[in-house]
Amino acid sequence: MKYKLSSIFVAGLLWLSNIGLAQAALTIEITQGVEGALPIAIVPFGWQGSPGSQPPVDVAAIISADLQRSGRFKALPLADMLASPHEGSEINFRDWRLLNVESLVVGRVIWSGSSYIVQFQLFDVFRSSSLIGYSIRSTAGGMRLTAHQISDLIYEKMIGVPGAFSTRIAYVTEIRSTAGTHQYSLQVADADGYNPQPVLNSSRPLMSPSWSPDGKRLAYVSFESNRPAIYLQEVDTGVREMVSSFTGLNGAPAWSPSGKQLALVLSRTGNPELYIMDIEQRSLRQITRNYAIDTEPVWYPDGSALIFTSDRGGTPQLYKVTLANSKTKRLTFEGRYNSRASFAPDGNSIAFVHEEDGAFRIALMDLATGGLQVLTDSRLDESPSFAPNGSMVIYATENKGKGVLSAVSVDGRVKQRLALQVGDAREPAWSPYTGSQ
Amino acid sequence: MKVSNKLLLMAVPMAFLAACGTTKTMQSEPMVEPEPVEQQVEAPVAVEQPVVAVVTPVEMDAGFNGHPLDDPDSLLSQRVVYFDFDKSDISDQAREIIAAHAGYLGDHPSARITLEGHADERGSREYNMGLGERRANAVRQFLMLQGAAARQIEVISYGEERPAAFGHDEASWALNRRAEILYKNR
Repeated sequence: MKYKLSSIFVAGLLWLSNIGLAQAALTIEITQGVEGALPIAIVPFGWQGSPGSQPPVDVAAIISADLQRSGRFKALPLADMLASPHEGSEINFRDWRLLNVESLVVGRVIWSGSSYIVQFQLFDVFRSSSLIGYSIRSTAGGMRLTAHQISDLIYEKMIGVPGAFSTRIAYVTEIRSTAGTHQYSLQVADADGYNPQPVLNSSRPLMSPSWSPDGKRLAYVSFESNRPAIYLQEVDTGVREMVSSFTGLNGAPAWSPSGKQLALVLSRTGNPELYIMDIEQRSLRQITRNYAIDTEPVWYPDGSALIFTSDRGGTPQLYKVTLANSKTKRLTFEGRYNSRASFAPDGNSIAFVHEEDGAFRIALMDLATGGLQVLTDSRLDESPSFAPNGSMVIYATENKGKGVLSAVSVDGRVKQRLALQVGDAREPAWSPYTGSQ
Repeated sequence: MKVSNKLLLMAVPMAFLAACGTTKTMQSEPMVEPEPVEQQVEAPVAVEQPVVAVVTPVEMDAGFNGHPLDDPDSLLSQRVVYFDFDKSDISDQAREIIAAHAGYLGDHPSARITLEGHADERGSREYNMGLGERRANAVRQFLMLQGAAARQIEVISYGEERPAAFGHDEASWALNRRAEILYKNR
């Protein structure tokens, strides 16, 4: 099954306003879907309001694309719909049953004079009953987000876990000119690849974006001073501060679950070691002391331990260090290269880079059993990052010579690819739930 | 090979001259025996003559007119050494290049270099930052064993962020697993 969601319209708008932004737009392509996805129909939403106040986006189309992209739903094509109900009383359930649709979403957008009200209801077609219904206040600029929030609610009702459609992804792009110059950019886009915004542009490398647990700030590595240094930046305001620029490496920042500490890597003693920085005090505590490369720390969700990459055993493998007693334990034994872990939100499993037969792939390991499952099948996969609902892992890979982002469901059955029109994309970091906007 | 042999012949007298210079300043009794110094200076000049006669004018110009670091026939013109995957061992070929630079740095105490460590794109990026640094440090250590001073060397790792070749195959990867010697001050 191949389903392409074209962002030509959005890209076109961006092209008119800013060429740089247009180049940064992502195109999403579902490369592998699930057999037996839930058949659902999302009817185009009705509209009530004065002339000229039409909603700026097609809410139903965004919801449909979200659900389809998850691989868990199969949306009925518009052309197959026999009617366009906007509320429960207008629905003839028998018609929808004939189309083998199991779930139906109807709604309308109402212009209230100063803002929009988006109403929707989700129906079980075979029981002819309403499952959920909401009325959400929105604005012209916030309409896409409102649509994503509706997708989240539908996904949660049908699948049992919250959706992650209203979250964001941060990633690094690089555009190389024929003259040999490089333009690096740290970008933040909606989880569906729309609305990419540069957080920082630089002519020198940018690396390792990491979200604060409240989803408001990013930590990253910038070479702007000619050497790697770690910065913290508020995404919405752009306000930033440099927190680490010691001699040698300053890398792999990872926010603690409390948001008060930062795990990071410094090589000021001569080789890379893990440290924990108290962000407010700027005090440092050294965690590892080993001649090997110790790097890429991630926090256990309870903040009690770190998982990190170390080649102390000869090749890169994953280890756990318990912060209370510094006890260290090797976690991976299968394969000669296992590195850069990302924690599942529930803390039960990790995704990481795993080499097999010379190919670097994303693997998933159950921490309780040690069971390892390889999720991807290309050869240059790296930088896995879990969706905040644990359903998918986004990662960087190579496709036709370009750096692209891909996402794979944790059962390996659904795959999607996010490609830039120009340049390479890499190092995706999926934001946590932010609660608010 | 022919060219480098000639160069070696020319390099010997130059090294002699340099050595004489240092002996002169370091020895406490230069006034007692000034003669051997003069003899040593003369001897290489005598050796040099036939060599000059053999070398063609073009090659002589290339060998003598430029800065020694720019001499395309000298090991000093080679500033990149390569490594195996996930390794920082210095090959025999790299050893020769590094030794030449160590000699230059030892002879030119005001010279300063940046050692850039790099990795190929495979594996994870921050690990590759560590790997790039380890490679640069391996070169640094060898330079220092051969006479360079710590203050002359700055190490920086770019990991896989600054590839020299942009392909996604072994040919490009081999070119990217490298350490580069960059002179900031000659």
